Amino acid sequence: MLNLLLRRLALGVMTLWVVSVIIFIGTEILPGDVATAILGQSATEENTAAIREQLGLNRPPHERYVAWLGAFLQGDLGMSLTSRRPITDQIGFRLENTLLLAGLAALIAVPLAICLGLVAAIKQGTIFDRGISISTLLTISVPEFFIGYVLIFFVAVQWRWLPSMSSVNTRMDIWDKLPLLILPALTLTLVTVAHMMRMTRAAVLSVMNSPYIEMAELKGIRNWRIVVQHALPNVLSPIINVVILNLAYLVVGVVVVEVVFTYEGLGKYMVDAVSKRDVPVVQACGLIFAMVYVGLNMTADILAILANPRLRHPK
Amino acid sequence: MSMVDDKVPEALPRRSFDWRFFAEMPLASKVGLAIIAINAFAVIFAPWIAPYSETEMFRDLGNWAPPSAEHWLGSDQIGRDMLTRIIYGARTTILIALCATLLSFSMGILAGFTAAVMGGIVDNVLSRIVDALMAIPTLILALVVISVLGTEIYILVLVIAVLDSTRVFRLSRAIAMDVAVMEFVEAARLRGEGLWWIMRREILPNTIMPLIAEFGLRFSFAFLFIAALSFLGLGVQPPYADWGGMVRENAQVISYGIPAPLYPAGAIALLTIGVNLVVDYILARQNRSAAAAFEEQEL
Repeated sequence: MLNLLLRRLALGVMTLWVVSVIIFIGTEILPGDVATAILGQSATEENTAAIREQLGLNRPPHERYVAWLGAFLQGDLGMSLTSRRPITDQIGFRLENTLLLAGLAALIAVPLAICLGLVAAIKQGTIFDRGISISTLLTISVPEFFIGYVLIFFVAVQWRWLPSMSSVNTRMDIWDKLPLLILPALTLTLVTVAHMMRMTRAAVLSVMNSPYIEMAELKGIRNWRIVVQHALPNVLSPIINVVILNLAYLVVGVVVVEVVFTYEGLGKYMVDAVSKRDVPVVQACGLIFAMVYVGLNMTADILAILANPRLRHPK
Repeated sequence: MSMVDDKVPEALPRRSFDWRFFAEMPLASKVGLAIIAINAFAVIFAPWIAPYSETEMFRDLGNWAPPSAEHWLGSDQIGRDMLTRIIYGARTTILIALCATLLSFSMGILAGFTAAVMGGIVDNVLSRIVDALMAIPTLILALVVISVLGTEIYILVLVIAVLDSTRVFRLSRAIAMDVAVMEFVEAARLRGEGLWWIMRREILPNTIMPLIAEFGLRFSFAFLFIAALSFLGLGVQPPYADWGGMVRENAQVISYGIPAPLYPAGAIALLTIGVNLVVDYILARQNRSAAAAFEEQEL
């Protein structure tokens, strides 16, 4: 098993490396030259040359890549082109905010989804169960910003329960931020909970026809105990998998939700940087998002190996 | 082996369209089909059904006027008729999504079938490239590329198509793998048919149904994606009416209790729900016919 885990870890590290290459290629070697992209209409011979010099674009791409990645690994994310300040200083507060939001959403969504999925599996075929499949379809098809604005319209504006915008600043501590976080976290919860719930239900139902479940039924064990004690442990690995895939989705879903609620997080920072053509910031944010995403996917595989005895002993 | 030998394998006969497809549809999917039809109608006939002109501003009405008998959904941020903007917005948003989906399908299927039929190193190289692209979240990669290439419409279509074709590649490769090992494909190979002929005449007709369902899913993905990009201000640029952009332009007033951004956002939600309802039905039908075919084989 150790061998298998090490192989998966090595694969993860390699994926990260490939991801960094793709993000670098995506911004540096594509036909649109970064220097002219930054300057746009105002590009002249001299200032283009000046920007190229400043960004080190005169050096060959592979040298720049090594320098960029090396600095990144040491925590130096480069300079922002628009604010002319080190990106590392600006990103810390925002990364914290994003992780706080995604973490809170996960804290609500994961237990809720698993509980609802189990209840749906126990009460298979009832109105509750059908309600779940309809709501799944709705939340999967509807864009995040629609859910976000509907929540703002009713919860924040019509009923005045919570603030509609989530403007946070560096002086606030976590308890000041919490009320501002509820609506965005709720939006993210609604987007992810249905999928996890449906997969939990499907996973539990897939083993409900097995002989050992029938045995448990014949022994007269109560329905919810069969599901929780006998069915659940056997389907843990697909559930863990879908939960972590949804967490990975959460990390990306925050981009749109942060813009909806004007919440100062990494996602909004990246979107602003894209519209200002601030390429170093885009690269840094892109790489951080991709790292979290790849990391979570790797965790999903590793936990699946740990949770599944059959995967622990590959033939 | 004798079971296989006495049945001479050949390509499935070409069947004409099965009209039971519509007759057996449950109500939910009929609603979905109606939603798609209404949207298609709006896309094609926008200038004829829209009550006003796309750019006409109603000074006396003002900005963000509430719904009235003349203006069913009120007005937008510079006093244009909201309903008219939504009808024209259908054109931009849906056509971009459709172009991107068609392109991603052409690329994805071509690469997927090639990988399945040729196998070996071609399959390996293509699959690894797709793995690498799929390791990065789609939105993040799109943002990175757009920051350099800009937001011209053809660039948006191209970016969405390339990123989306990775999913099409995976699916078409998987289903073509099942077909590529069949005897009739082997027979075609031995006859000396070329790669293109085999893909078009042997593989495609036998994989068409799952691909149609996938087309629906990919379309709703591309559609949500372009809407999200426009919403972020990185998609279709003004003055074109576009649903995602309209949500963005009207977003600020929601804090004052004006539901203006909810109309275009609702239009986006409605179309994706419609597409998903129909796709669900196609998938369910496929599973049924696959189960039926399996039972037939058992007998």
